[in-house]
Amino acid sequence: MKNIKPLIYELKEGLIIALQALRANKVRSILTMLGIVIGITSVVTMSTAIRGIDNSFQSGISALGSDVLYIDKWAWFSNEDWWKIRNRKNMTLDEFSQFKQLVQTPIAVAPVINSRQNVKFGDKVVENVFLNGSNADYVKTTNFTFDLGRFYTESESNGSRYVCVLGSEIAKSLFPMGNGLDKTVKIGGVNYRVVGILSEQGSFILGAFNPDNQVFMPMGTIFKHFANEQRNTITFNVRSKDNASIEDTKIEAEGVMRKIRGLKSGEENNFSINQQEGLLDNYNQTVGVIQVAGFFITGLSLFVGAIGIMNIMFVSVKERTREIGVRKALGAKRRTILSQFLLEASIICLLGGLIGLLFAVLLSSLIDRFITTSIQFEAVTLAIMISLITGVVAGLAPAYTAAKLDPVEALRYE
Amino acid sequence: MNIISIEHIRKMYKIGDVEVHALRDVSLTINRNEYVAIMGPSGSGKSTLMNMLGCLDTPTGGKYDFKGKNVSLMSDNELAEIRNREIGFVFQTFNLLPRSDALHNVELPLIYAGVGSAERKERATRTLIDVGLADRIHHKPNELSGGQRQRVAVARALVTNPAIILADEPTGNLDSKTGDEIMYLFSQIHAAGNTIILVTHEEFVAQHAERIIRLKDGYISSDEMVQNRTIPKLKTEENQQTA
Ligand SMILES: Nc1ncnc2c1ncn2[C@@H]1O[C@H](COP(=O)(O)OP(=O)(O)OP(=O)(O)O)[C@@H](O)[C@H]1O
Ligand SMILES: [Mg+2]
Repeated sequence: MKNIKPLIYELKEGLIIALQALRANKVRSILTMLGIVIGITSVVTMSTAIRGIDNSFQSGISALGSDVLYIDKWAWFSNEDWWKIRNRKNMTLDEFSQFKQLVQTPIAVAPVINSRQNVKFGDKVVENVFLNGSNADYVKTTNFTFDLGRFYTESESNGSRYVCVLGSEIAKSLFPMGNGLDKTVKIGGVNYRVVGILSEQGSFILGAFNPDNQVFMPMGTIFKHFANEQRNTITFNVRSKDNASIEDTKIEAEGVMRKIRGLKSGEENNFSINQQEGLLDNYNQTVGVIQVAGFFITGLSLFVGAIGIMNIMFVSVKERTREIGVRKALGAKRRTILSQFLLEASIICLLGGLIGLLFAVLLSSLIDRFITTSIQFEAVTLAIMISLITGVVAGLAPAYTAAKLDPVEALRYE
Repeated sequence: MNIISIEHIRKMYKIGDVEVHALRDVSLTINRNEYVAIMGPSGSGKSTLMNMLGCLDTPTGGKYDFKGKNVSLMSDNELAEIRNREIGFVFQTFNLLPRSDALHNVELPLIYAGVGSAERKERATRTLIDVGLADRIHHKPNELSGGQRQRVAVARALVTNPAIILADEPTGNLDSKTGDEIMYLFSQIHAAGNTIILVTHEEFVAQHAERIIRLKDGYISSDEMVQNRTIPKLKTEENQQTA
């Protein structure tokens, strides 16, 4: 008790003095604070932006389904030589039939043939749209929800009817009024009737892989007009019971595929089993690099701000040398002087940090218009912590200089 | 009982290769409730001696006992505590905090002593009234005259009830009338039982003290009692009001 009381009074005195000093040197304090404001604004805004990209990716990638395997000639990510993969056999419908017969664990499998064509309605065109031709089972390998209509039926797909389901972005482009159902669109010059329009599924992060930018139709119609089995490879979409069993499904699928392809043990797979996870790993790596670079750059601005604080604190100590001498003569200890100047530096930084936070909130709501994001509580506490730590670190050297001033020298200082 | 006892104190400053001997060999004792004036030509070491006595500075050699305790062996923190509790400084240039009002300036040593806010304000106010500044409590230094500023400084020195008041040329920056007022204040403080050591260049100021120590070139050249001490009279209306 005896020791804590003076400490509290000293700190309170330090606070009063620090605020007085700030008020007495308004312009200087504001200019110094600016460095911290910019630093904190950029650090927090950066973290919000990254979070936004993260959100979009996470929700976008979930459109691919974390429980879905995509067995394909092509690998999404591979260390193998491109020509080696290119020389693989195409995957065929015949192989798909065998595959469907043999596998036990998946709850749904569907063959998919892709093409890219322009999609037209009246004078509106969306160019180079990613087309998915499949059968009625396809929808079971997805989590599709519909704004309007439905997926095509088994009889429609067996009969290769000219019906299609539009992704939400495609529908928006062709039918800004939202009245696309039952309209006839021209896909690659062929008429299709719209039987369903998807609600928003993924996010822009996936680009052409985003179902929102795709069109779905019975695969027979694609083979008739835009692809042929000799030249084009198909993909098997395989959905496992749940996330937990995806590894089992993968092992089974691999075994079945090797059997169909007649591979001997020791021979390499001549197909790839792709899944969302691979995409996720790849994304995390990329974003990790962006994050490190981003925080390095924004951290640098904070560092520059800290140097500004340190500089101004040295000036402040110099200017108040005599005051320090007086305080020491009146009984201020080293720690009293030290804490007084640390407090002053921390207050500048804290104020700067709070203002920076304010700007960051404004900027983040701006970013929020483009990608869904919000300032997180952690970012706020982090910003406050960082600005406080910056204050203490930047103030340490000047405060220490002040604390160890010789009282006689200080009193003599002109 | 003596408060201060120094023996063979030396203080040497080194500026490059040149050694400056501010104090060469000074010994003296000062008793409770003594009123001592230190005189001497410029550069004779008066301020150096005061800083030493006030525990602001440490000697290069010799022994200094303050209230029987060896100061030379004390840590920085212990010295700060002695300065805070036992010593009241009055400077020639007042040395008030420019941005704080009179009350806060006087409170300052009490803050460092860990006195609570209410008691602090009470004691500081009372001391300011004692030095005749009842109506200037919330004025900042730049709103006060030189004499009033020095009164604030005296109040600040007195407020902790120190064992000894050290004043280095307290009237040096004041005109003679204001100087007289401050000297009157010191006499009152002395009469109340305090110990005072003051440095001055002026003989008539020194004549207020009971004892005059003269320094020359870092030595004590004389140390004698004052025969016909000046007992200041109540001269001004202001003093009459406060007396
Ligand atoms: N920090 C220092 N560095 C070097 N020399 C110093 C220092 N402080 C004092 N001195 C020297 O010590 C000597 C005594 O100085 P001091 O200030 O004690 O004199 P003084 O008697 O108070 O003079 P004055 O009447 O002019 O105030 C002087 O020669 C001075 O130059
Ligand atoms: Mg002097």
